[in-house]
Amino acid sequence: MMEYGTLRGLIALLILALFIIIVVWSYSKKRKSSFDKVANSIFEEDDVLKEQTMKNDKTRHFDTDSKQETNNNV
Amino acid sequence: MTQSNTSAVDYNFNVVRQFTVMTVIWGIVGTLVGVLIAAQLIWPALNFDTPWLTYSRLRPLHTNAVIFAFGTSALFATSYYVVQRTSQVRLFGGKLAAFTFWGWQAVILSAIISLPLGYTSTKEYAELEWPIDILITIVWVSYAIVFFGTLIKRKVSHIYVANWFFGAFIITVAVLHIGNSMVIPIAGMKSYSIYPGAIDAMMQWWYGHNAVGFLLTAGFLGIMYYFVPKQAERPVYSYRLSIVHFWALVSLYIWAGPHHLHYTALPDWAQSVGMVMSIVLFLPSWGGMINGIMTLSGAWHKLRHDPILRFLIVSLSFYGMSTFEGPMMAIKSVNALSHYTDWTVGHVHSGALGWVAMVSIGAMYHLIPLLFNQGRMYSIRLINVHFWMHTAGIVLYIVAMWISGVMQGLMWRAVNTDGTLTYSFVESLTASYPFYFIRFLGGVLVVAGFILMAYNMFKTIGAKDGSLKAIETA
Repeated sequence: MMEYGTLRGLIALLILALFIIIVVWSYSKKRKSSFDKVANSIFEEDDVLKEQTMKNDKTRHFDTDSKQETNNNV
Repeated sequence: MTQSNTSAVDYNFNVVRQFTVMTVIWGIVGTLVGVLIAAQLIWPALNFDTPWLTYSRLRPLHTNAVIFAFGTSALFATSYYVVQRTSQVRLFGGKLAAFTFWGWQAVILSAIISLPLGYTSTKEYAELEWPIDILITIVWVSYAIVFFGTLIKRKVSHIYVANWFFGAFIITVAVLHIGNSMVIPIAGMKSYSIYPGAIDAMMQWWYGHNAVGFLLTAGFLGIMYYFVPKQAERPVYSYRLSIVHFWALVSLYIWAGPHHLHYTALPDWAQSVGMVMSIVLFLPSWGGMINGIMTLSGAWHKLRHDPILRFLIVSLSFYGMSTFEGPMMAIKSVNALSHYTDWTVGHVHSGALGWVAMVSIGAMYHLIPLLFNQGRMYSIRLINVHFWMHTAGIVLYIVAMWISGVMQGLMWRAVNTDGTLTYSFVESLTASYPFYFIRFLGGVLVVAGFILMAYNMFKTIGAKDGSLKAIETA
């Protein structure tokens, strides 16, 4: 049976290791493009919306985000 | 106000509209009560010698109204909107979503009635008595079912980062509320905490500080991660940073509570842990702020034309300011000067009026036209006027409280050579009066701004569908 203090110390180390893994994972080069896609995903639906409404109803106004720019520097 | 036939998905925007309108209404009510009690500190006769209007009863009404009525309504509205849009499905739960609206309004109404009547558990930000606590728990669990149910049936594979923050906020607030509200009821509206002495104090500030950390921070960061990119029409500065930001913030905030109990009966080691964790917390806080502000990198010119974006970005500046100030105040030697003074009050309001209120107001101005089939708000100029009134109000408020607070701290600790106190308490109070008046003026500006917002909102809602066209900016 491990001493309580040792166990707590190990848990703290484990959480630190987990955090480092999260940092390495999120900053890995492989994931960059998929994260860029996700970051842009909040604008996607508006394009779909816009096309649909153009077909259905030409007079109604909708807020669309067709002008979005990209943030590729990071 | 036609139903949400504006899209392929039949979104439930009705509940979002209800919460949006009530956010603005409760914003007026909450800040108005705040101004009343600020005025009472200058002119005590304003309690009109009625127990229901005394400062001690209205102060918890003010905090409950701004946090749980205004702030939490804004969170309900935005989280229901964002989770539907980013998951591209209708809100889960059908009538359960409507129940969360009416249930939450019932909670607020019971607070408005029970607090002035003097029913209180005396726990700060958790004053409501046990029957109301049970109602809160039921509504909150329903909220979790609606929110996570929507995430489960989402049409896209990734869960957008705003939803992570909303999700953490919903789960943690449930845990905090249930943990801190454990009581033994002894009458219909009277109960005693099951925790004894210093443990009760620690439970209270574990709850209290994480109400700040998860309700007033994580939830509103969820708003930030969706509405700042939307309003700026650019994706967030760094999605990778947002992931690290999330995990760092949620794993650190939970330990910071003991800094509310420096130099009390709480064990010294617990005070030191709270202090160290509060200082470390500075890093994720600023990581998030930088991520939000830098979203505008390369498009700063948008701030010149868009008062909504200005609300959102200035809210982040206040967030950065108060999350720098907070860790400083958590240092024991600084806390020895600042605690129990107006400095604390100033700090809270730079966070509450600066960060929480401004990011909510920005999100509401973004949402209202979308929800009511308009291209823009009724008057962009009035948004701009509101922005400057609100900003001037906050600056007056926090500068007055800084000066007053530091002055109080210095006066209270001043001793004569023979060891007696240099100033009596009343002397420090008299010295604070001019600053109380400045604070009152700041508060009046904030309330007036909210009233302007309500006017703008009802004009937008009342306008003929689609009659307000978006303005193209160069």
